[in-house]
Parts: sequence; C-alpha cells; structure tokens
Amino acid sequence: MKKYSVFAIAREAMRGHKGWEEQWSSPEPKKEYDVIIVGAGGHGLATAYYLATEHGITNVAVLEKGWLGGGNTGRNTTIIRSNYLYDESAGIYDHALKLWDGLSQELNYNVMYSARGVMMLAHNVHDIQVLKRHVHANRLNGIDNEWLSPEQAKEFCPPLNISKEARYPVVGAALQRRGGTARHDAVAWGYARGASARGVHIIQNCEVTGVKRAANGAVMGVETSRGFIGAKKVGVVAAGHSSVIMNMAGVRMPLESYPLQALVSEPVKPVVPCVIMSNTVHAYISQSDKGELVIGAGTDQYVSYSQTGGLHILQHTLDAICEMFPIFTRMKMLRSWGGIVDVTPDRSPILAKTPVPGLYVNCGWGTGGFKATPGSGNVFAHTIARDDPHPINAPFTIERFRTGRLIDEAAAAAVAH
Amino acid sequence: MLLIRCPYCEEERPELEFRNAGEAHIARSANMAGESDDDFEKFFFIRSNPKGIIYERWRHMHGCARFFNAVRDTVTDKFVMTYKAGEPKPSKLPKNSNEVVAK
Repeated sequence: MKKYSVFAIAREAMRGHKGWEEQWSSPEPKKEYDVIIVGAGGHGLATAYYLATEHGITNVAVLEKGWLGGGNTGRNTTIIRSNYLYDESAGIYDHALKLWDGLSQELNYNVMYSARGVMMLAHNVHDIQVLKRHVHANRLNGIDNEWLSPEQAKEFCPPLNISKEARYPVVGAALQRRGGTARHDAVAWGYARGASARGVHIIQNCEVTGVKRAANGAVMGVETSRGFIGAKKVGVVAAGHSSVIMNMAGVRMPLESYPLQALVSEPVKPVVPCVIMSNTVHAYISQSDKGELVIGAGTDQYVSYSQTGGLHILQHTLDAICEMFPIFTRMKMLRSWGGIVDVTPDRSPILAKTPVPGLYVNCGWGTGGFKATPGSGNVFAHTIARDDPHPINAPFTIERFRTGRLIDEAAAAAVAH
Repeated sequence: MLLIRCPYCEEERPELEFRNAGEAHIARSANMAGESDDDFEKFFFIRSNPKGIIYERWRHMHGCARFFNAVRDTVTDKFVMTYKAGEPKPSKLPKNSNEVVAK
C-alpha cells in the first residue's frame, strides 16, 4: 500500500497521476479462509481491518452481495455522537467516538471526521427532563454533554428559530461538542484499503445463499453465488439482511427490518454549523462539506426490504425542518433514498456469539449504526478472534431477550439515532 | 404510500388510515405466567422478518378501527390479499392479487 501524503500528491502531479494504485484488490475467492465476514459495509470492513491489525488474522474474506459500502454505510446521515443513556451503550458508542478521533491518521485515509457538535433540542417540560437526565448520565460516564438555554442554542446554530411563537418553541438544548459527522463512503473505503493491504480478500458481487454446518452443528463455511467457501468462523454483519443470513444457519432472530429514509437539498453556502436533532418534532439535519443539507427522516411502520419508503414520511420530516428553520422553506430537495435497518426490540445492537459454534453476529444497529462503525468493528474482531466477547460488547448478547437483561434504549435514545 | 384494502370496509384506503400491528398468527398463551423463558422469548421477541411473503396484522385506525390480517411481499411491498381477524392463515395464495381485491 502506497502511503497517501502531500509528497505523493506532488509526485503524482509531476507524472500525470499515472502512479496511483487501486485502493483495494479484487481477488478470486479461495476455497477456504480462517474467517469469513458476510457484508462489506463499514462494520464488516472495520471488523476485517481490526482482525488483521490487532489480532494478526489476515486469512480473511469479506463477502458482499452488491458493491462495497453500498448498503446502509452509503445511505445514512453520517451523524456521530455517544450521548446514550445507559452505561452499556455509553461504553460502546464512546469507544467508537474515541476511535473516530484519529481514524484518518490510523487509516492514512481522510474520513473527514468533524467534531462540529450535536445539539438536541427540547420543546417542552418533558424534553427538558429527559435531556437533562441524559446530560447527567453522560457526565457520570465521562462523556461530554452540556445544557444550553434557547439563546445559547441560537448562538451555536444561528439559523435556528427560537421564537416563542413557533408551534413547538425551543426551550433548551443538550450539546455534545465531540459529536459531529464524517464522510460515510470514506470510512468504508479507508477500512477496505487498510484491510486489503494486510491480505484480507474483499469479494464483491458474491451473495451468500446458505450457511453450511457440520454434524456437530459447527459452521463449515458458506454457499455463495460464486460457489462454496469454507471457514470455521463466520461473522454475519449484514444489517437489514442479518436475520435472512442467520435463518440460513437455523437461528431465528429478534429482529425486524424497516425502510429508513434520508434526503439532501441542493448545495448552498455554509449555513448549518453543527448537527441539530429534535425528537419531539422528529427531524435531524446537518450540512455536508459539499453544501447539501442532509436530512434524516423516520422509518416506515411495516417490515420491508424494498430500500424505498412512503413519501408521507419525508413530508412529515420536512414539515418539522421548515418549522425549526423557516429560512429553508424555499430550499429544493435534490435526492431521497431508503435503506433497510434491522431493529431489535430494545433498540440496542447484538454483537455476540450465537448458539451455533463458529457463527458470530453483529446486527440490530437499527437506525443508528454509522456512528458506531469503528468501535463495533473493533470489539467484534476481538469477539471472533478470541471466541469471547470484549468487555465492551459483552452485554450485547442475543440471550438478553430470554433473560430479560435488556439494554432498553428504546425509550431513552434520541429517536434519530 | 401503500393502498390497503380493509376486509371489513371492503374498500382500498390510503396507508395513513392504518396502523401496522406486527406479525400475524402469533398465538398468545392462555397461561402467560406459566410460560418458560424460552417460550416467552419466542412469543414476545423472535420474529420471522421474512424477505418475501409476510403475514401481518393491520388496524384500520381511522376507519372502522378493527384489526385484520394481510399477506404482503416485503420486497415489492405489494399486497397479495387481506382477510378478517380470526380467519385461518391462508394455505394457498392467489396468483394475481388484483383478482382477490376486486372480488
């Protein structure tokens, strides 16, 4: 792997940019690997990267039915934060946030992590109580979060409407300054490049169609659209399709898959300096470095794999955006799309061993997995390499739905994860 | 937005009038306190989440307010048929959903 640097740019500028190499190779699949990761999104590629860098396991294949980073990694609104209520969630999301800081240097790839602050708005007494509870819980866990008055919120984000005449007036806000955004595609590409350079095979257009198990139940490998590939360890990181893959291994999951939509506006000059979220009116918005307003909508109410969603869902979100930011009422929206999110009953992820020996699963990130990408891959690699969870992901088992030891962020997390 | 046929109102109405109520044909135990942890998990948390044909409950919230069941393809979001609550899970599905709706 050639290192990217200012000197590399100067050198290539002299030679007409003919010396850039492919960022990752696309080898033919081998007959057998030590570990197979199903799904080449951010979480899967990060898992492969940390298997190689932290555990010395490089005989790894990452199988992807479509193209790398083409699922929810390329469809989210790129928000990063760790201000979750419960200790377990704080542990894993802040582990990720610490890895975001410095990830560009680690990967030698600019993931454009920008700690521009995530501000969550309160519109009524109940919101104030919930958000202040978060602020205090976060501080006890060593996570930065602070309370702002409406005037301070306006100062931090000038286009915000804090008029008392608004239908849902802003009465306060919680601000996590370390929160922000990153370039979603670059995260997948950076991890792919790093993993590929260490010998990991990234195999695109290779759909897993079955999971083969030995007589004793252990995993032997996967059937794919490009033939059988053997491995004694298989990690399923297939987002909305995780339950489909797990069914192939005979494991039924506590998951349901829903379409989640997002949209972007025409590009404009910098106007939104941070990420704004509001649970009550259900809207979240930031501005990309290209200038587009990036707006997240809600999920549809029914199970679907259609990667689209109802127009009324988008309309509802835009109503809320126009209420909070009257200056955007005449903005034109350029594109909208949907991704399929796998949601657990307690809205917390599952990163764990499974009842099947050699089969591991990293799923259930629901509507908020992007922010966790580095931390999720990091502890999942540990789980696969050691056949034992990392202390950070130890609470995120499948068994918690039997024992009742839930991590119930469902009511506690911001609606827009 | 989906167009959904309520089998009680016998009319196709926009999705906004309805609430999805999750997977259908999950029987609730008559003796919930006696359920084992395993059985309770299956009843309460485990879902089939199929990619393809799903049997699901809907409620015509802003119409007759009654629950009914539907068969839908989760890839195309097209309804195959809807039927009244309490009717058995259809063993055979009609080939053309439109014929069923028009009936």
